[in-house]
Amino acid sequence: MKLTMTVNGEARTAEVAPLKRLLDVLREDLLLTGSKEGCGEGECGACSVVIDGQLVNACLVPACQVQGSAIVTVEGLAAQGPLGERLSDLQRSFIEHGGAQCGICTPGMVVAAQCHLDAGGASTDAVLREALAGNLCRCTGYQKIIESVQLAAQGAR
Amino acid sequence: MKQLDEEEVGGAVGRSPPRRDGPGKVTGRAKYLDDLTFPDQLWGRTVRSTVAHAKVKSVTFDPAFDWSGITRVTATDIPGENVVALIVDDQPCLADGVVRHCEEAIALIAGKDREQLEQALLHVKIEYEPLPPVFDLLHSDVAFKKYKIERAVETLPEIFAKAYRIVEGTYKVRHQEQMYIEPNAICAVPRPDGGVTIHGSMQCPFYIHRALQRLMKLPTEKIAVIQTVTGGGFGGKEDYPSMLAGHAALLARKAGKPVKMIYKRDEDVAATTKRHPAVIKHRTAVAQDGTLLGCEIDVVMDGGAYCTLSPVVASRGVLHAGGAYRWPACRIDCRVVMTNTPPNGAFRGFGVPQTMFGIEAHMERIAHELGLDPLELRRKNALELGDQTPTGQELLWSVAAQEVLDAAVAKSDWHRKRHLFESEVTGRKRRGIGLSLALHGAGFTGAGEVRLKARAGVELTPRGCRVLAISTDIGQGTETVFAQMAADSLGVNFDDVEVAIPDTSKMPDSGPTVASRTVMVVGGTIASAARALQAALASFAAERYGAEAGQVTCREGIFYATVPDSPAERPLAPFGAIASAYLDERGPLRCIEQYAHPPGIEFDEVAYRGDAYPCFAWAATVVELEVDLDTFEIKLDRVVHACDVGKAIHPVLAEGQIEGGTVQALGYALLEEHFYKEGRVINTRLQNYLIPTSMDAPVIESVLVEDPYPHGPYGAKGLGELPMDGPAPAVVAAVLHAIGALVPELPVTPERVMAALEAAR
Repeated sequence: MKLTMTVNGEARTAEVAPLKRLLDVLREDLLLTGSKEGCGEGECGACSVVIDGQLVNACLVPACQVQGSAIVTVEGLAAQGPLGERLSDLQRSFIEHGGAQCGICTPGMVVAAQCHLDAGGASTDAVLREALAGNLCRCTGYQKIIESVQLAAQGAR
Repeated sequence: MKQLDEEEVGGAVGRSPPRRDGPGKVTGRAKYLDDLTFPDQLWGRTVRSTVAHAKVKSVTFDPAFDWSGITRVTATDIPGENVVALIVDDQPCLADGVVRHCEEAIALIAGKDREQLEQALLHVKIEYEPLPPVFDLLHSDVAFKKYKIERAVETLPEIFAKAYRIVEGTYKVRHQEQMYIEPNAICAVPRPDGGVTIHGSMQCPFYIHRALQRLMKLPTEKIAVIQTVTGGGFGGKEDYPSMLAGHAALLARKAGKPVKMIYKRDEDVAATTKRHPAVIKHRTAVAQDGTLLGCEIDVVMDGGAYCTLSPVVASRGVLHAGGAYRWPACRIDCRVVMTNTPPNGAFRGFGVPQTMFGIEAHMERIAHELGLDPLELRRKNALELGDQTPTGQELLWSVAAQEVLDAAVAKSDWHRKRHLFESEVTGRKRRGIGLSLALHGAGFTGAGEVRLKARAGVELTPRGCRVLAISTDIGQGTETVFAQMAADSLGVNFDDVEVAIPDTSKMPDSGPTVASRTVMVVGGTIASAARALQAALASFAAERYGAEAGQVTCREGIFYATVPDSPAERPLAPFGAIASAYLDERGPLRCIEQYAHPPGIEFDEVAYRGDAYPCFAWAATVVELEVDLDTFEIKLDRVVHACDVGKAIHPVLAEGQIEGGTVQALGYALLEEHFYKEGRVINTRLQNYLIPTSMDAPVIESVLVEDPYPHGPYGAKGLGELPMDGPAPAVVAAVLHAIGALVPELPVTPERVMAALEAAR
C-alpha cells in the first residue's frame, strides 16, 4: 500500500505491506532509527512514538492503521533552526541530570515524558512514575529519569 | 582516613559535566548495531538444541525445502578449533556430536530475507539419542572448580564446643537475567585479506579477538573488533558476545558477505548467561554479647553446562562469603557444579550478591535468635582498619564499614522508625525497616590484574589528548569519567579531551570492562599516562621558552613556569600552541602505561591466602517496607543506600550507578524469577519475567561516602557492582522486622512470605 502520513511535521510517503510494523516503516523505510526495538511485543516501550497525540508502542502498530496520521518520534523533539539543532528542555535535562545511561530506552522515555507534559500532565513523583510505567529502563533505577522530567517541567514553567 | 599521595584534585574531577554521549542518546542519533547497515548484508539465525542432554545422531537440512540463497554452517565448517576460548576450552562454538543444554547452538543459517530464514529454521531436523540430564545443583557430582578458605581451623572444634549459641541456616538464590534492553547484537564483515571485522554490542572486545583467533585460525592482525554503542550489559555481554561473534564470523566467511545477528528477546533470555543460582549453608558460633567467634560456610553454585566464567564467579563469591565481618576462625568451602542448563556467567556483582545474601540474611537470623539489635550486631563485628579478612588480608586503608552504617542510619531515621514500626500492631498492614552491610572487592580477584598487565594511555591532539583504552562505555559513563581524569592529569579542559571508540586494531588492551575495575584500574593508568604526556610537553615547552624542565607545568590549558626564588609563576603559552608546535616538529606523541598493582599486595592462588583485592568498597542499605498480612504482598516505601566509593569522580554518574544497581537488586529481591522445565527456561519474555518498572521502584536516597583509596586515581575505588550486593538481604531484614519471620530465599514472593510466617508460628 501507499502509506501517507506526517512524521515530525513533514509529509512522508512509503510503499509498504499493510501489516508491516510501524517501527519497521520508521526504521527501514524512513531511516529514522531513533526508535528502538527492545522486545517486539509492546512490553519495554523502547519504540514509543506519539500517533495523533497518543503514546503508542510502534512495534504493535501495523502500517495500515496510521494512514493519514501525524506521528512524532524522538527525531522530532529537537528544534531545527538556522543555527542548527536546538535540544528541547527535556532532552537537555536528561543529559544534565543523569536521565540517560546506556541510552537504549532513552528515545522512548523522552518521547513518553514529552507526551505526558504536552498533555498537561502533572510532574509529581507518583504521577510521573505512572506515566512512564510502560517504558522499562534497566540502568538508572528510574530516579534520575523522574528528576530529569521534573527539572525540565519546572524550568519550562 | 589517609592522606592521598596523588596530586591535588583538579578541575573536572569531582564535578558532574554533561555526559559525553548524552546528545546522541537523547536525540536518537546514537547508532547501536541494529541502526547500522552494511553493504550486501545478510541476517544470521541459530539452530538450537531442544533437549538438555543428548547425542546428536544427525543434522538434516530438509531436501524438500528450497535452500537457494541460504548459507548453512555446521561444526564441519569451522576453520580452526571448535571452541569458545575463555578459561577452559570445554564449550564448543557449535555442538558437535553431543548437546549438553537446551538452546545449545548446533547449526547456523544466513540469508537476505528474515521471513525466509524463519521458515528455513523449521526445516532443519535434528535427531537425538537422549542422555541422562542433571538439573539440580545439589545432585551434580561434576565440579568445575572447588575452593577452600581456612583460618585458624584447628581452633574451630573448641570454639563451637564453648560457644554461647550455634546458629545454623540455609539460604537459596536463583537465576537472575541481566535483561539489558538492547539484546545481543553482532555483525561480522569479511575482509579481502581473509580476515574479519566485528562490530557489535559488547563489554570486552579483546575476549572476542582472542576467541576468534582460535575459532577462525586467523592471526591477530586479521581480526578487528569494534564496539558499537551498547545498550546495557551488566555482565551479560562479557563473554557471550564471543560466542555470537564466532557464529557471525563463520557465516560471513562462508557467505563472503557481512552477516548481522541480533537476538530476539526470547532467544536472548533463553540462550544467554544469567546469574548463578546458589545454596549457601552457614553454621556460626556466637558469644552471648553477639561477638562472632567462628563459622563454617558451604557454598554450592550452579555453573550450567559449560565452565565459562564459573571459576572466577565462584572465587569472588567465596572470598566475600564471610561478609564485612571479623572472623577469628573460619572454614569456607565452595564448589561450582555442572548441570544440563545453559551456562551461567557474569552479572553485576559476580558471585557476591549470592554469598552476601547468605551472610546478611544469616546475621539477621543470629540477631533474631539471640535477641540482639541487628545494627549493633553488625557494628560490633564489622571489619576495621588493621583487621584481617578470612584469607588473612590485613586491611591497610579505606575501611568504611562504620561510616556507611552511620550515614545510612542517620539518613533513614533508623532508630525512630525501628521503634515506631514495632509499636504498630493492629490492622492489616505491618511496616518494617531492615538493613544490611556489604563490602565488594574492587578490581580483579587475586593475581588477576598482575597477570593481565592492563595497558592504556593517551595521545596528543592539537587541543588536548585522545584517551586510548579498550574499556567500553555500556552506559556507566566511562567516556565521561576517562575524559575528566585525563583532563585534570594533563592539565587541560574537559572539552579538550577526546575518548577513542574501542577498536582492538587501534589501542592497547586495558582489559575487560568488568569487576568494577574501569575507574580504579584503567582510569588510574590513563591518569598516569596523561601526567607523563604533560611532562613530555613541559620539557618541550621549557626548551622553547628558555625555562628549566622541572619548573614547567600545565593547568587548565595553560603552561606556566615557576619564577626562581619567588612563589609567582609566569604563563608560557596555551596548551594548544605547545601541542601544535610539538606535532609539527616532532610528530605524533603517545603515552601508553601499564597498570601498576600497589606494592606488597599479593595473593596465593593455591593456598587461597593473602590480599584478594587491593581494596574494598563498602555499603549499607536500609529498606523500609510494608507487608500485607492478608495477601502477603510487599510494598517498598523507601530505600537508603550509603556507598563508599573512595572518591566520586562524577557524582551524578556515581549516584546513577547506585540507584540503578539498587533497583536491579530489588528486582532480584522481590520480582525476578526464572522457571525451568526439563532444563529449559519457560519464561523468556518481559511479560513473564518481570523487571522493576518505574512504579515498582521506590525512591532511592543514595549517599556517597568518600574514604579515599591511596592507590586509586584521586582516591577512587570500584563502584559499579557494589550496589547490587546489599538490597536483597535488607529486604529480608525489613520483612523479618515487619512480621517476625525470616524468608531465607529469593525472590521474596508472597508465597514465600506466607510459608516463612507459617514456619515461624
